[in-house]
Amino acid sequence: MVGAKPSGGETVLEVRDLRLELSAKDGARLPVLEEVSLKVGRGEIVGIVGESGCGKSVLSLSVLGLLPPSIRVAGGGIYNGERKELHRLGEKSLQRIRGKEIAMIFQDPMTSLNPGMTVGKQVAEAIRLHTGASKREAEEKTVGLFRKVGLPRPETLYHEYPHRLSGGMRQRVMIAMAVSCQPDLLIADEPTTALDVTIQAQILKLMKTLREEDGTSILLISHDLGLISGVCDRIAVMYAGRIVEEGAAAEVLRHPAHPYTAGLLASLALPSKKGTRLHSIPGSVPALRERGPGCAFASRCPYAADRCLAEKPALRGVAGSAFPRSAACHLLGEEGGLANVGS
Amino acid sequence: MNYYFRRLFTLALTVVLVLILTFSVFRVIPGDPALAILGVEASQEQIEMLSEKLGTDRPMAVQLLEWFRGAATLDLGTSLRYSEPVSDLIASRLPVTLILALESVAIVIAFSIPLGIAAARRPGKAADLAVSVLTQLGLAVPSFWMGILLLLLFGLTLNWVPVSTYVGWDENPWLALRSTFLPAAALAIPQIAIVVRYLRTSLLEQLNLDYVRTARSKGLGDRAVLYGHALRNSLLPVATVIGIQFGELLAGSLVIEQVFSLPGFGSLLISAIGNRDYPLVQGLVLFIAASVIVVNFLVDLSYRWLDPKIKLR
Repeated sequence: MVGAKPSGGETVLEVRDLRLELSAKDGARLPVLEEVSLKVGRGEIVGIVGESGCGKSVLSLSVLGLLPPSIRVAGGGIYNGERKELHRLGEKSLQRIRGKEIAMIFQDPMTSLNPGMTVGKQVAEAIRLHTGASKREAEEKTVGLFRKVGLPRPETLYHEYPHRLSGGMRQRVMIAMAVSCQPDLLIADEPTTALDVTIQAQILKLMKTLREEDGTSILLISHDLGLISGVCDRIAVMYAGRIVEEGAAAEVLRHPAHPYTAGLLASLALPSKKGTRLHSIPGSVPALRERGPGCAFASRCPYAADRCLAEKPALRGVAGSAFPRSAACHLLGEEGGLANVGS
Repeated sequence: MNYYFRRLFTLALTVVLVLILTFSVFRVIPGDPALAILGVEASQEQIEMLSEKLGTDRPMAVQLLEWFRGAATLDLGTSLRYSEPVSDLIASRLPVTLILALESVAIVIAFSIPLGIAAARRPGKAADLAVSVLTQLGLAVPSFWMGILLLLLFGLTLNWVPVSTYVGWDENPWLALRSTFLPAAALAIPQIAIVVRYLRTSLLEQLNLDYVRTARSKGLGDRAVLYGHALRNSLLPVATVIGIQFGELLAGSLVIEQVFSLPGFGSLLISAIGNRDYPLVQGLVLFIAASVIVVNFLVDLSYRWLDPKIKLR
């Protein structure tokens, strides 16, 4: 773990008690996110982990106001560093924030760039939009950015179309585009999922370098706990639209407080587990309509008790930890929590 | 460069095939062409004279070579009825039909792109529904009927445009454009309906792609995303349709020229068929086919601008 920074400093993003609702075709209002609270400090890398369908991507899209029309903010709020209420801003104000204060990298670099525009122009477009730079200046700056993110032959590459670039190169272009206006926060939604394993490490390393050099905060979203554990200062584990555990990355990984986190960790294929049968969490994330009154994980939890089915556990502090930590599990109320149950 | 070369090669090959086809259409008429033209009551002498004039008395291979040579030197033979070179007759009627077709294409582009965008911006909303009803109507009404309606409304009732007076392109280009505007609009309306539907679908498809989300995430507004990113990518199928339509516009102009009494290819071709003026029919068909081929070649070239990936193929 490099430079685990305390979250007490300046905040660039705060999500407080966020509730998102999906308007279904039949008129039903289904909660997509519930009571989600999250803080990202300046220069901090915060990871959000969870299986697909747990609400990670929706959370990231809501920060930039890019939610599909069927999903709306139904409670709580999203605030940037200047305590602006992002969820109440109009489209025009959001446009000034997107790409400038908060930028985003998406999962699939193969489809996230416009196939009909040179990659250089796509990056220069963002620079010109937010800084009012001339065409020349924007081009020079883009070439500089290409060099910075480790793209070869940046001058020639500027004039290439996306289909001439490999997936890793395209993701570097996406990163160059995202950091072009020195945003306070970079949201990376599964930035390495679509890439080869060897490229994954390079891209993560690049993001870390950007944090070291520019102090950019990063919200890193992934389903792969193993992958992001080496990069993040803090980790929030999401399950079925809620944050179920949150804390310093090393702590969460070493002593998971929530059975779901423990399950995710046990599912990792690690060299030390060679020869043993790979663990998997039975079942899958319950669909929006199937979420009952109790803990959403109860149906898959090996420790589920009657109380877990009847009552939703709230997120609360975990005692006996060096860094602030919290988890949402009834078991924690008992002496020693999960550690006591023994995993 | 390789790409242009290959495209030029296929272009040349198609033209050769069209030459062979137009040649054979003229020759597959049962019996002697001269007899077919003159009728059964013609004397042997007359038939021999016409055969010589047409060149049909010579071996087929020689005739084909002559036809190739003629086409290469723009010598398409002599019209039987007008006793004038076919190429001169085509040249004299060309401006009318060409203006009509180009004006129609211009009208199609000018109307279908804004309408397609209006429909795709808010699918299912009022503008989309209005465009949908209009395109249904445009598709259902045949263009000659539309032409008559336009003529009645704008020409006779409102007196906005001159009726049935064609002014030559060389005399007054502005008046020439005005006098062909109604027939061009009549031809364009069903085609606009088709293009609007293609553009709407294509644009909606593009607007749902990931790169549009990327463009929005960097702070671009709706208009910049639409015009700067999605529109160009959605034009590929539209260009294809417009290319195909050019042939339809030429064919459609044959009928609409009759409705508006325009001295274009239409009246020439119809009189040529009626008079069994085979050299003229052959020449006109060759010319129309060649124009369609050339236009589609140009459309193919536009793909490269619309889709950079095509460079590789």
